[in-house]
Amino acid sequence: MNICELEKIKQQFIKEINFRKLGDTSGVEYKYDVMVCGGTGCRSCKSKKVQDALEETVKAKGLENLVKVHGVGCFGLCVNGPIVLIYPNDALYEKVAVEDVEEIVSSLAEDKLVERLLHHEDGKAIEKKDEMSFCKKQRYIARNNSEFMCLENILEDYIALDGYRALHKVVSEMKPEEVVKVISDSGLRGRGGAGFPTGKKWEFTRVVEAEQKYVICNADEGDPGAFMDRSIIESNPHAIIEAMAICGYAIGANKGFVYLRAEYPLAGERLQKAIDDATARGLLGEKIFGTDFSFELEIKYGAGAFVCGEETALMRSIEGNRGEPTLKPPYPATKGLYGCPTVINNVETLANVAQIINNGAEWYNQIGTPDSKGTKVFALTGKINNSGLIELPMGTTIREIIYEIGGGIPNGKKFKAVQMGGPSGGCIPEQHLDTPIDYKSLSELGSMMGSGGMIVVDEDTCMVDLAKFFLQFTRDESCGKCTPCRIGNKRILEILTKITDGEATMDDLDELEKLCHYVKDNSLCGLGQTSPNPVLSTLRYFRDEYIEHIKDHKCRAGVCKKLSKYVITDKCIGCSACSRQCPVGAISGEIRSKFNIDQEKCIKCGKCCETCRFGAIVKE
Amino acid sequence: MCECVRLGTENQVAEFEAVLEQNKGNGENVMEVLQKTQGIFGYIPELTVAKIANALQIAESKVYGIITFYSQFSLTPKAKYNLDICLGTACFVMGAQEVLDKILAKLGVRVGEMTKDGKWIVTSCRCLGCCGLAPAITINGEVYGKVKVEDVDKIIDSFED
Ligand SMILES: Cc1cc2nc3c(=O)[nH]c(=O)nc-3n(C[C@H](O)[C@H](O)[C@H](O)COP(=O)(O)O)c2cc1C
Ligand code: SF4
Ligand code: SF4
Ligand code: FES
Repeated sequence: MNICELEKIKQQFIKEINFRKLGDTSGVEYKYDVMVCGGTGCRSCKSKKVQDALEETVKAKGLENLVKVHGVGCFGLCVNGPIVLIYPNDALYEKVAVEDVEEIVSSLAEDKLVERLLHHEDGKAIEKKDEMSFCKKQRYIARNNSEFMCLENILEDYIALDGYRALHKVVSEMKPEEVVKVISDSGLRGRGGAGFPTGKKWEFTRVVEAEQKYVICNADEGDPGAFMDRSIIESNPHAIIEAMAICGYAIGANKGFVYLRAEYPLAGERLQKAIDDATARGLLGEKIFGTDFSFELEIKYGAGAFVCGEETALMRSIEGNRGEPTLKPPYPATKGLYGCPTVINNVETLANVAQIINNGAEWYNQIGTPDSKGTKVFALTGKINNSGLIELPMGTTIREIIYEIGGGIPNGKKFKAVQMGGPSGGCIPEQHLDTPIDYKSLSELGSMMGSGGMIVVDEDTCMVDLAKFFLQFTRDESCGKCTPCRIGNKRILEILTKITDGEATMDDLDELEKLCHYVKDNSLCGLGQTSPNPVLSTLRYFRDEYIEHIKDHKCRAGVCKKLSKYVITDKCIGCSACSRQCPVGAISGEIRSKFNIDQEKCIKCGKCCETCRFGAIVKE
Repeated sequence: MCECVRLGTENQVAEFEAVLEQNKGNGENVMEVLQKTQGIFGYIPELTVAKIANALQIAESKVYGIITFYSQFSLTPKAKYNLDICLGTACFVMGAQEVLDKILAKLGVRVGEMTKDGKWIVTSCRCLGCCGLAPAITINGEVYGKVKVEDVDKIIDSFED
């Protein structure tokens, strides 16, 4: 591969890209591109079947020369999947079913759109996707361009969008230290959790003299509730490959590993294909772009251990050991994989690299806030209308995210908090909604940027129960190497369980807080050092809920089962409507006499309460 | 020969032997070998552990250590239908626990236990990466999103042949 060949591929595919991206119809013979989302989310809603049906229908109607059907990467709005994009209109169809295909194709034949499939806001159909409130504030860097690339020829489309230009520029025009300087000057910080300046990390590794160095991409994405890394790999794998090669050049490594979590088979498939394609084209392998730089890439699969996202544990896992963290220092920069200097970066961090090289540090530096540059991808989920992936400039406020982009809380419920940073992070309550998102502001609130999971909870979520959920998670995932984490988290969980069972005293609450600080201060790795955060942060903002559980034996959200029950009052007329709705068959009785709920069986779902037209069922 | 009978079909054993051959003396590949073994047999049969240790020239205890450390590896056979329910944060907030309760009640088992007819095993995991579709479950790898307690009967019954 050389620059001329790169240019040739670009010229071959640019017309279609311009057609989709700019609506420029001049270079293409056909009239429409129909792109069906092929991300894990949409695939699980049968998007593959939709795509197959579209292809068949287009063929059956003899429209192959007018309408092209492709697969495309994740658009982010997974909750409304399967998503179909129509270019050059730039329209977005949601919840498309196989039954809609006929209408979609015949309307295109008449140059019309199917209005009912468009996204609606306030009863109005939105014709262009960028005008949806979900999209308006977004700014794509890490997820750049993925909506324009066809999955079938993703390498060529990536090249048409100036892919691998940065790698070419770096290996043929720049010295390693210059590359590191650009990354440093851009202000890019790690997106995997800790927010460490990426340029600094590269520089530490670059200056170490060693025969062998490595680049690792951390794609373990352990934070439950975050899925941006999966989406980036599925939708734009070449951005990661290119960035890893650039990093390899900058630090002097000729080998890279992507550590991918085993739960992401589709991402693995796509990444492997991308690696093979890039290797076949000479973009990976020996003497890249005819220079002396060589770089190869290999995928290593995890096997379901959260702690393996921690960098030292991850390296032990690649080496074929139990993924137990080791003490730092030594840092990976000096002694990493197989004892060699290693840079380990998160997927999203890497996804920014090629564009920083192409557009310059200045360009990147202007986006975001003084302490946090660029954009961040968030996975907005939980009790929110538009759940999905969003990418925003740093400094956007949480309120904008929840109410403008996320479209607020469903079913008219009241916002309670948003949990950020997963099991290591904390919650942010209503009174801090106007906080701008940057590393510093979030940590001052006792939360953190983390990997970008944002889980919204409403009045129906019990904060003690939520803290308990996270501690269950860390108890299960603690590797057991050090005692504070292994035993401490277990004890914390026991106290939390006592509280949610209504058996705790106020002394337990003091004990809980002490224990949290003890575990934080004495654990060996980041897992134990942060695992008490969800407890501490809910205590900070929702202490009254803890106290209610302890003193009044009350769970205001009605979640803690031991503290609440549904009972049928004398208003019951014995219609049996509730018993037919009960999912577990807990309600019995004779017609026209009062029914009864078997408290042992009842799972407190509240269905009966909603069903009863006589208001005879109450929650106590 | 008798070992093969206990281990699996002849094809499976041949495939397994080939994996061992490829990784002979390569202790650091133990994760991959285990992943492939599980891919072949559906789980990691006890009998394979010593063979793996031998071929890769590492201690048997190390192989066990790895199997038990990573939650994905299983030393027990799979059922016909393996239902994995996500108990990640997003799914939890959207009511995965109730869905799980309902599934367990319906099948009459606990998590990790096989139904008497050998058809179902229910396991839980932390995040499938489909959080936008919370709560999510997979049955033999296929994802079902936005599962409600009321849907459980229908989903499970659709597998009862
Ligand atoms: C318990 C634990 C889990 C982690 N999980 C991940 C993860 O899933 N993905 C990730 O990129 N970083 C994870 N990290 C952070 C990594 O250790 C490391 O800081 C990161 O990969 C560095 O990349 P960055 O500088 O690009 O962010 C985790 C850290 C800890 C302590
Ligand atoms: S803090 Fe927890 S996860 Fe980390 S080394 Fe100690 S026991 Fe293992
Ligand atoms: S709350 Fe749900 S489980 Fe309990 S009796 Fe009512 S319908 Fe049945
Ligand atoms: S939390 Fe269930 S799929 Fe992510």
